[in-house]
Amino acid sequence: MRRFAELIRTLDSTNKTTLKVEALTEYFREAPGRDKVWTIAILSHRRPPRPVNTTLMREWASELANIPLWLFEESYHIVGDLAETIALIIPASEASSEKSLDQFLQEIIELKSKSEEKKKEYLFENWLNLNYYERFVFTKLITGSFRIGVSQKLMTRALSWATEIDEDILAYKLMGNWDPAKISFEKLILEENEEDYLSKPYPFYLAYAIEDEPEELGDVSEWSAEHKWDGIRSQVIIRNDELFVWSRGEELVTDKYPEFEAFIEAIPNGTVLDGEILPYPKGEIGTFKDLQTRIGRKNVTKKLLEKTPVILKAYDILEWKGEDIRDMAFQGRRQILEKLYKDLRSEEIPLHLSHSIRFKNWEEAAKERENSREVKSEGLMLKRLDSPYLVGRKKGDWWKWKVDPLTIDAVLTYAMRGHGRRSNLFTDYTFGLWDEEKEELVTFAKAYSGLTDQEFRKLDAWIKKNTLERFGPVRSVTPHHVFEIAFEGIAESKRHKSGVATRFPRILRWRTDKKIQDANTLEELRALIP
Amino acid sequence: MEQPLLAFNEKGIYCAQADVYLDPWKPVKKAIISHGHADHSRWGHSKYITHHSNVPIIKHRLGEINVTGKEWNETFLVNGVKFSLHPAGHIIGSSQIRVEYQGEVWVFTGDYKTEDDGVAVPYKLVKCHTFITECTFGLPAFKWVPQKQVFEDINNWWAQNQQDGRTSVLFGYSLGKAQRLLKHLDTSIGKIYTHGAIENMTNVLRDQIDFPETTRITRETKKEEIKGNIVLAPGSAHGTTWIRKMVPYVTASASGWMTFRGARRRRAIDKGFVLSDHCDWQGLLTSIKETGCEKVICTHGYTDIFSKYLREQGYDARTEETQYEGETGQLESENEKESA
Repeated sequence: MRRFAELIRTLDSTNKTTLKVEALTEYFREAPGRDKVWTIAILSHRRPPRPVNTTLMREWASELANIPLWLFEESYHIVGDLAETIALIIPASEASSEKSLDQFLQEIIELKSKSEEKKKEYLFENWLNLNYYERFVFTKLITGSFRIGVSQKLMTRALSWATEIDEDILAYKLMGNWDPAKISFEKLILEENEEDYLSKPYPFYLAYAIEDEPEELGDVSEWSAEHKWDGIRSQVIIRNDELFVWSRGEELVTDKYPEFEAFIEAIPNGTVLDGEILPYPKGEIGTFKDLQTRIGRKNVTKKLLEKTPVILKAYDILEWKGEDIRDMAFQGRRQILEKLYKDLRSEEIPLHLSHSIRFKNWEEAAKERENSREVKSEGLMLKRLDSPYLVGRKKGDWWKWKVDPLTIDAVLTYAMRGHGRRSNLFTDYTFGLWDEEKEELVTFAKAYSGLTDQEFRKLDAWIKKNTLERFGPVRSVTPHHVFEIAFEGIAESKRHKSGVATRFPRILRWRTDKKIQDANTLEELRALIP
Repeated sequence: MEQPLLAFNEKGIYCAQADVYLDPWKPVKKAIISHGHADHSRWGHSKYITHHSNVPIIKHRLGEINVTGKEWNETFLVNGVKFSLHPAGHIIGSSQIRVEYQGEVWVFTGDYKTEDDGVAVPYKLVKCHTFITECTFGLPAFKWVPQKQVFEDINNWWAQNQQDGRTSVLFGYSLGKAQRLLKHLDTSIGKIYTHGAIENMTNVLRDQIDFPETTRITRETKKEEIKGNIVLAPGSAHGTTWIRKMVPYVTASASGWMTFRGARRRRAIDKGFVLSDHCDWQGLLTSIKETGCEKVICTHGYTDIFSKYLREQGYDARTEETQYEGETGQLESENEKESA
């Protein structure tokens, strides 16, 4: 446990990716195999089920700290993390545990079926006999995920450094359902497996946002445009009658999209497609909100598949007949892709083509871009016709030219403390718009980003001095500040009091020049619904 | 209803009987000042009364002012009200202000801490009926470890950075925290460099306290000579061009707020040391108990939560609005004038 707690402390006390990877690599070189398996499991969100509910943990922690429950709750709101709060309020200890991470996790697994009394006894014993950081880590193992800025990808990289096994192969090994309580490090990671190589994706080519006018890109005839789809960037691999779906985070997500199994029959082996996974309810492209019902869902039910099926909107082909064709010009790759699409044996196959559009001049392109919201895209992608498929984010051949966000001026009405790094500042804001009579402010959106740290601090100080009422962690504030709120999309919603849901609202700027009477009305917001 | 001995009005804490303010935030005729931090000693009063060791500090900050210095325990009468100053242990020259009239005793703490930091005269318990206390860290999550241990950590951190070929940049408020850090740094590791604001303030205090040698960083200071040494700087220097001279460097902050994992990350600082010039939760509770007071007034910090807890413990406790900022203010509002 000491070694694992030390690892978490190191990861937690740096913002630098290289230092994190180094610390993880060292850990993967030195820790015992069983502990390594658990560490991989924890950092890839495969914790054992929570053995004790958090309500009980709060009660027990406040009992052990000898403080009333309300005071524990207040402290928790301010600290912003349950395990951290518990670790802080329980009487200090200098002790350190000799027990391995593996042993702790076996105990935590066994704890689930024990009586409440036994659970309490177990927690008390460990809370009192671990030092601050080990206690924090121990409690985290029980309560939830470690949010310490280590993605699965970063962990995989460190694992790759430590074992000298290719990152993509490791990513494949780590996918799917394996039980950290049963599998050994040798079996999970070290054993060679023919199949590992089958799944190997190509690195994604990523576009930059256009900075100036598209005219700067030169002659319009050298460019192909497509709409920019708002889904999950993916690579779909069909090799040896098997399917592999990779997301842009270079995570294997094959299990999440069973409808793509149909590709195995329809698309020849040795094909790799680049495209966007899009929701397709009722036979048309849905909103990102629809797609969210599919993301992060490990078990895809029949009902969900019926309600929110997905399609692949393909825009490029990287491998054809088992050959890497990334060096071929974009135009050539598109011809292959379009032929493949035409040859599809069935309409039922959830493969769609992202249509390539050619323009006579940039004005025409600009006009098409204005049309984006209607076709449910975020703008245009511009791709140079003679460009190869590059690796990573490279300037020059691919550009995204998004539509400008929608904006509205709203009044700050409520504030809440942020989480994690913002836990001591009021940084989560709720905004209201005027009703018809301009008498009442109706909540329409929450936003967490868009201000500088300095602005956050300034606003935080103001909020603390201008609180009207407190509702637990939330405060209502005097309506005074106007902010310009930007958002990507807007739709009717029954779930929201305002009757409107906005997509990705964020603060564009603090309108210190405006008074609250100058803020917009709900009617004006509704007028933006397409 | 009888007028309370001390009342909170729009200018500060007011003693009507003596026509005197304690740490007022608006200009008044006569002000008794607890200590030299900007939120307690403000500009514009006609007359200042404070502990004599605080006199050079507030003169440095406020320029030529009409100020009288007092000794610890020295009583002075104003229209029948007996005032005296007692060590608060917060920073050099920080006092609790005791106010007595017709047998009733009130104590205003200003800011205080109970641990002896080796620089300020340690906090001294003063019995009273009403205790006006700060509660900057009035939550059970705050628990300080003895400073000896913190300074071991700080010195080890410095030595390790030096070994890695990096300069250590340690942030702390230029009055109080900086001198406390300076006093306990291990000069066998290397040289101590200072930001101008800290150098100026420290020079004001060298008459009173024996501090290790420091070198001010100026335009002429060479990058190579700083390398591997430690630099003391106010938090406001973080993220400015001034700090580029220290490359390659590692940053740390010494503050009570470093208790929270989020606080360090929010400021994008590499390392946090939990070291405060205020009381922790237990320190506050113990002090309050020992004063023997019946009434407690909380001025700044987690006032609502803390006074609610005190009420449950049987105290007549309440919160009064003030413009004191505690450690938050110190971290955020290092003023421009000082950064010269």
